[in-house]
Amino acid sequence: MLHLLDTVRSIPTPEGIELTLHLAGPVPRAVAWLTDFLLRLGVLLAAAWVLGMLGAFGWSAILILAFLLEWLAMAAFEVWADGATPGKRALGLMVLHDDGTPVGWPAALVRNLLRAVDFLPAAYGFGLAAMLLNGSFKRLGDIAAGTVVVYREPGERAAAIPLAPPVPAPRPLDLDEQRAVMDFAERSALLTPERAQEIAALTTALTGAPAGREHQRLIEIANHLSGRRA
Amino acid sequence: MNQDAFRTRHEEEWLAFEQWLDSASAKRPRDRAASTTFGEETAAHRYRVLCQHLALARDRQYSPGLVERLNALVMRGHQVLYGAHPETGPAVARFFAADFARAVRRQWRPIALAAALFFIPLIAVAAALQIWPDLVHTLLPQKQILRYEEMYDPANKRPGARAAQADALMLGHYIWNNIRIGFQTFAGGLLFGLGSVFYLVINGVLIGATAGHLIQIGFTTPFLSFVAGHSALELGGIVLMGAAGLMLGSALLLPGPLARVSALRMQARAAVALVYGGGAMLALAALVEAFWSPVTHFDPSLKYAVGITLWLLLAAYLLLSGRQRAD
Repeated sequence: MLHLLDTVRSIPTPEGIELTLHLAGPVPRAVAWLTDFLLRLGVLLAAAWVLGMLGAFGWSAILILAFLLEWLAMAAFEVWADGATPGKRALGLMVLHDDGTPVGWPAALVRNLLRAVDFLPAAYGFGLAAMLLNGSFKRLGDIAAGTVVVYREPGERAAAIPLAPPVPAPRPLDLDEQRAVMDFAERSALLTPERAQEIAALTTALTGAPAGREHQRLIEIANHLSGRRA
Repeated sequence: MNQDAFRTRHEEEWLAFEQWLDSASAKRPRDRAASTTFGEETAAHRYRVLCQHLALARDRQYSPGLVERLNALVMRGHQVLYGAHPETGPAVARFFAADFARAVRRQWRPIALAAALFFIPLIAVAAALQIWPDLVHTLLPQKQILRYEEMYDPANKRPGARAAQADALMLGHYIWNNIRIGFQTFAGGLLFGLGSVFYLVINGVLIGATAGHLIQIGFTTPFLSFVAGHSALELGGIVLMGAAGLMLGSALLLPGPLARVSALRMQARAAVALVYGGGAMLALAALVEAFWSPVTHFDPSLKYAVGITLWLLLAAYLLLSGRQRAD
């Protein structure tokens, strides 16, 4: 049941394994869009300020720039800048094909031109409805282009378990329990010591650690589980 | 094998592969050559070994941090090995030398439908205005009628553009306005084709009303000699954009044996060729309309000849190019 609720999408590869992508939801994508929108507006205003002094030629250039910014700039960034417009990059997002490969012009153009429909009836109404109705947060343009928006990095995570003298768990742990202990040990560097201790204090029944030592004891058990030996 | 031994044994391979990824995805060739620890030819093998490590790490329930790290590494390898883009320059040249015309011939059905949706209202309205001239007042706003009449008045030296406006400014306007309408016509197809049908018909009616009215009040020569030059590219471009939109609509309405989502994805991939080509035609049309169409010191018959030649060239290009061999 858990995987049905998660925002993880797995894609099978020719090597016979499954890769996991971390999908981005409507809120970070809306923020990325707004960032891009303000950037485009800023560029257009700056260009209008400069080019406006050049008379008819300048105004012609402004109109062409407005056209490029409105319709093609986002697609160009997605093709040439690793699948990310500046806004997406700022939020750590990127666009990929459904199979996890980088997008090319066909997909980037389709998903960006179809924004015009996603935007209907107002403020990305259709796009939001589509994102909430399918399992991969795809707006209509993504469905037609066969693309997904994912997180570039799988979230902040301290990958190494902190070193501590290994101590075996007082009783055998099943697989889920082992994973939970190791996951906690990896994450503990990202938590405040008080919070880590608070969580660890829930496990005294398991660890039998003296009060105040639960956090350290879990790290020691994780060290043992990961195979370190004194 | 426990996690720590696994990590120690393979750490070096992972770092080497990561280094190769960094150099392979570098934009500049200079960075690409720098400091790879192994030859390019072993990369695929090393990638498969890495895939095996990821599978093992998952199967043995190693810690999420390690699995996550390997997953990220395999993900990058997947993108570098399977995601290579062909070079843009040759691909664009090949597209306009052959692939565009092939796509147009392959998609003749939606194109014929789009042409009918566009040209039938255009001709019907233009013809109707010859019989019932007053109809124009229900089709176009009064202000626009007056503006068109002023623009194409035979007494006016530069028809099509209001006197004070330079050709260059109109280029920007045509690109901004006409290609935008083209893109909207395409995107509207996602609404079960209705958006494309709407834009095709409404543009047919508006253009037909303008043409019919100006012909009916006797401004035929200035009007036709102005529009002759860019008509092939502009009307053709709109029809192609509409056809691309109709393809999206048909995928939703008549998906055949496919799921609607799959049909949509396939048709969108095919339709994008018409969007590239139609967009290029509309951009060219804007150039012609800005710099050739307003020129009046040639005889109208020369301008008609140029217009007809462009229609014939366009037809020949779309019907004949890319027939040499199917590669």
